[in-house]
Amino acid sequence: MRHRQAIALLALVGLFVALYLWLHALGFGGAIKCGASGGCEAVQTSPWSVFLGFPVAFYGVVGYLAVLIVALASLRPAALADRKWNVMLVGLATVGVLFTAYLTYLELFVIHAICRWCIGSAVIITAIWLVAVMSSFHRSVRSPEPRTDRVA
Amino acid sequence: MNRFYVMVGVLALVLGIGVFAMLRTGGATAPAAAAGAPPTVVDDSFRGYTLGQGSAPVEIVEYLDFECPVCATFATVQMPTIKDQLINTGKARWRFRDYPLPIHKYSRFAAHAAQCAGAQGRYFEMQDQLFSHHQWAQTGKDPSSLFRDFARDAGVDLKAYDVCMEAGRYAGRIEYSRQEGDQLAVDGTPTFYANGTKLFTSLRRLPNSDDFKTLVDSIVAHSPPKPRAPARH
Repeated sequence: MRHRQAIALLALVGLFVALYLWLHALGFGGAIKCGASGGCEAVQTSPWSVFLGFPVAFYGVVGYLAVLIVALASLRPAALADRKWNVMLVGLATVGVLFTAYLTYLELFVIHAICRWCIGSAVIITAIWLVAVMSSFHRSVRSPEPRTDRVA
Repeated sequence: MNRFYVMVGVLALVLGIGVFAMLRTGGATAPAAAAGAPPTVVDDSFRGYTLGQGSAPVEIVEYLDFECPVCATFATVQMPTIKDQLINTGKARWRFRDYPLPIHKYSRFAAHAAQCAGAQGRYFEMQDQLFSHHQWAQTGKDPSSLFRDFARDAGVDLKAYDVCMEAGRYAGRIEYSRQEGDQLAVDGTPTFYANGTKLFTSLRRLPNSDDFKTLVDSIVAHSPPKPRAPARH
């Protein structure tokens, strides 16, 4: 249960990071808060900031929201012992980590600029993936053992 | 369990307030010419300032955003070589079109400053100022007075510049250029076209001067020879 709670909290933080970047990409607010390096601007204005017609941050919003919903759903008492939720969380986190790896590759070797928000998101999704994998190997809820009362 | 959901709610509230605050304090008040797209779009038949000879066999059109750091890098690192190898040799002509991105607060303002300088024949000098002192794009502060300094250094008459900026004289022209870019599927800045064809769509990095040299040489090599005038007897 603790693992799923941690995933939900991490996904919530990631959701707001992606939400900020998405709203900024849509033109809300002024200059992005990114420190003096300007790496976020370089990344956000590059041709790779749009993927299949949508700002990259939009996929982050969708992804983190999906992880958050699944994590919260898996915390219902009826779902606690069901290991299929672990599989779903690992699956979602794996997609997120792979997409993040692709974006990080673009930042490092194509755009040659690092966006701190993107690094933050990469850390969060990697942490979610690690916790999800640990959770899938960890038997957090044990089935009640059958009573073996013996009559002397 | 209940304590966990309270924690989720509090965290969501704090993060929501944080995002809202960051978006609200993202920049200073935009000057009039930077406030956004003008209500009317004007086709004044202007199609961008050009570098190079009109007879050059290849025309490169660049859609740029003055606040875009990648555009600034391209302009300051790659363009000097491109000028030497392609533009000054008569192989290519370069056309600059505005494509202010909505995520940039002062893109239109910078484009407008360049146009007002251009009205006095100082477009390229102003472009150099805007790109080579690009720190202004990282501060989020109102760059009005800084651009005025740039204009002065570019040799622009400030009285006429102030009147031009105040009136937002070229706001419609800039928006026309941006809409033209939309029609051509510009998806970021800088985006390049050669003789009308979008370039480097499969290139997974920013193009450099060597890419343009290879491209232009290839186009020139594959161009049909110009018909020769019949000999006179």
